[in-house]
Amino acid sequence: MFRIVAIVAGLGLALAATAEAQTPRKGGTIRMTAPYGSSFTSLDIHTTQRAQDEIYAKALHRSLYIWNSAEGKPVLELAKEDVVSGGGLVHTFKLRDDAYFHNGRKMTADDVIWTYNRIMDGTKAYPGARYVRVIEGAAAVEKGQAKEISGLKKIDDSTIEMKLTEKVDPGFYFWNAITSIYPADEAAKESFLQKPIGLGPFKFVEHVPGSRIVLERWDRFYKPGKPYADKIVVSVMGEAAARDVAFRNKEIDTSVLGPAQYVAYQNDADLKGTVVEVAEVFTRYMGMNPAFKPFADKRVRQAINYAIDTDLIINKLVKGKAYRATSWLPLTSPLYDKTMKPYAVDPAKAKQLLAEAGYPSGFEFEWTTSQNESWGLPIVSAVIPMLDRVGIKAKVKQVETAVLAEVVRSGDYQAFIYSQATGPDPQAALKCFHSATPQSACNYMNFKNPEFDKLIDEAGQSDDAAKRTQLLQKANAVLYEEAPVWFFNYNKAVMAVQPWLKGVQLNATELTHQNVEDLWVDETSPAK
Amino acid sequence: MLSFLFRRLLQTIPTVLAVVALVFVLFSVVPGSIVSSMSDDADPQVELRMKKQLGLDDPVYVRFGIYIAKLATGDFGTSFRTREPVTFMIAKRIWPTLQLIFAAMAFSVVIGVPLGFIAALKPGGIVDTLAMVVAVSGLSIAKFWLGLVLMYLFALKLGWLPSFGYGDGGMKYLILPAVTLGVSPMALFARTTRAAVLEIMTADFVRTARSKGMSETRVVKWHVTRNALVTILTTVGLQFGALMGQAVVVEKLYSWPGIGSLLVDSVLQRDIPAVQGSILVVVLSFLAINLLIDVLYGVIDPRIRYA
Repeated sequence: MFRIVAIVAGLGLALAATAEAQTPRKGGTIRMTAPYGSSFTSLDIHTTQRAQDEIYAKALHRSLYIWNSAEGKPVLELAKEDVVSGGGLVHTFKLRDDAYFHNGRKMTADDVIWTYNRIMDGTKAYPGARYVRVIEGAAAVEKGQAKEISGLKKIDDSTIEMKLTEKVDPGFYFWNAITSIYPADEAAKESFLQKPIGLGPFKFVEHVPGSRIVLERWDRFYKPGKPYADKIVVSVMGEAAARDVAFRNKEIDTSVLGPAQYVAYQNDADLKGTVVEVAEVFTRYMGMNPAFKPFADKRVRQAINYAIDTDLIINKLVKGKAYRATSWLPLTSPLYDKTMKPYAVDPAKAKQLLAEAGYPSGFEFEWTTSQNESWGLPIVSAVIPMLDRVGIKAKVKQVETAVLAEVVRSGDYQAFIYSQATGPDPQAALKCFHSATPQSACNYMNFKNPEFDKLIDEAGQSDDAAKRTQLLQKANAVLYEEAPVWFFNYNKAVMAVQPWLKGVQLNATELTHQNVEDLWVDETSPAK
Repeated sequence: MLSFLFRRLLQTIPTVLAVVALVFVLFSVVPGSIVSSMSDDADPQVELRMKKQLGLDDPVYVRFGIYIAKLATGDFGTSFRTREPVTFMIAKRIWPTLQLIFAAMAFSVVIGVPLGFIAALKPGGIVDTLAMVVAVSGLSIAKFWLGLVLMYLFALKLGWLPSFGYGDGGMKYLILPAVTLGVSPMALFARTTRAAVLEIMTADFVRTARSKGMSETRVVKWHVTRNALVTILTTVGLQFGALMGQAVVVEKLYSWPGIGSLLVDSVLQRDIPAVQGSILVVVLSFLAINLLIDVLYGVIDPRIRYA
């Protein structure tokens, strides 16, 4: 009897301890890192769409929508409801009435309208214009033909009507930090650039350029009880080795890991438990230019997919820090087709396809690449002997990443290796291959296929979600068959997280982008 | 003296102009632009507008003319990335860089010069051999690797110092970056001092001083040290310029908020005004330090006249 009581009591204590451990603790400092460079671009988040800048912006600002990692889609953030009318083109947003800027002023519909008009200022070329342009009349403001976006109407202080040009989910257009809502009165001032004001859970304290941004809790944040932490420090740490030392020394709470560190951390008993990973919505591939004669033939492109032992490269060279790509849409896409099998390694079939295409002895092409360790020169170097096996010779042309972006958009290549965002919106990701999409936009392989175009057009016009899904999956299958690229991998983002930091979200759009109000540190954190 | 200073200042103008022109031409011909570096999937319409807004569509000579005209009024232009005045960006970064360079220089002079002196006083001895091993190693070690080793040892293993960051700009954050940056010039100073002292020790005037019965301490203090200082000062001046360049690696490694890390990001993102401004500041600092050293020559060695 005593034994049973003891067991029950023990279980009760254990459960109580677990419950306590899961209860978010108030206070403490979260120490994040910004790993993509030596500095932040700007404190005006409308001017930059670098992943690096969005890390701090997630704490400081808020947009109309927010990315919900658990649901894998954008959800309303600054609005309480969205009533759709006008055949799916008109959205009436009821804004939150409890959202306050860091200067204490309540957000109103005027702030939303002012913000979107600002982003469409054609003389400033804000990158968010590509998203706001989906509102009717926004393009006219960009071209200087109108002063205000005609498709935006203030119904009252907390209601706004938005008329779109296309039948799309506005969530995919208004969740990024580059469309953050600014306070109309403050943001026009010069001082805003030095001391930004937002609607986020943390307010700005200081920016030491090239070193860190410090933010502290905003007590009037609209989510009750949040944020949990008192302070957030985002340190700029572009060097992976330096981050590694700092992480092991418990000076930082998060650290993005590269392939070599991924293996090292997994093999280290003390660090293994700190690793979190997610399949990000990025597809790595070798793009083939159809203007280069051999690549105009589908059989040649398929032959390349058959010739390369992709799994071997992922396992040995990328150290397992990637998922094998089957077609274009990534693993975390809601439309990812699990039944689709990737191209098998089959050099004999590759040779046969090359012979059928009129290249029995193979051919030679120039392969433009950057030095990137996960989708650049090391990968190209590993693939070259595999292609050589089937008679295809590749000459390497190495360029900087910034140059590669220009090469890809201008079409000045025979082949290139790249990493491209293929989400979160599957429709937008596939639309890149529509013949109406310019090469400079994202149709980098200048893909033209009437069957594919038809599927995308039909999906765009369909009100039936199930039918749209079916059409888009078919389009993804067409890409698999047409093989405009060598389908290499989908990025596996890996981050080391200290055991005292809780609430980390597996964000498939970018793992470092955390909704920081949900993060908290327990009492074992060494940070004050 | 004043006419000397005026002449030297005039001489810096062609140097500065040459640097300005060189950097401008280089970044006009290298492929890639700020527009393509902003994002992997930027919108083409936004890119076109951005190019127009930043004046990247203008011919090179027009851009150069505008740049020179602005520069003449002290305006370094506006950063393509941050859309802030470049002077403002540099102003925020110059102090941490100077802090780092002066600390590294202090470390290298305080350790390197006495080491070279001691080595030269007993050439071939154990101190000389050890000092030269240290010097050769210091010159050979890559800064990035040394920085990581120092981080590992003093931050991770001993827990004495933070491994990265600027903190409040205090000494504990400065030590590791400064030592990492200072080891190479320290080694150079040790070698240069040793060579200079060895040469002076065999000079006629030193032999004369000894033959007059002057003690060895007085010979070293009054004849050897003063004469060796001219060589050491020249090396210090040259090393200032080298350190400004080498600080790039150290600043990036330690997340130190100086001009070096600004320069790296600006180059990678083709932020031409920020690159030009940063390089110009480095060049001007180098010229200023060397001018100061030219003035100091006369103080140390009265034989040097500013005729």
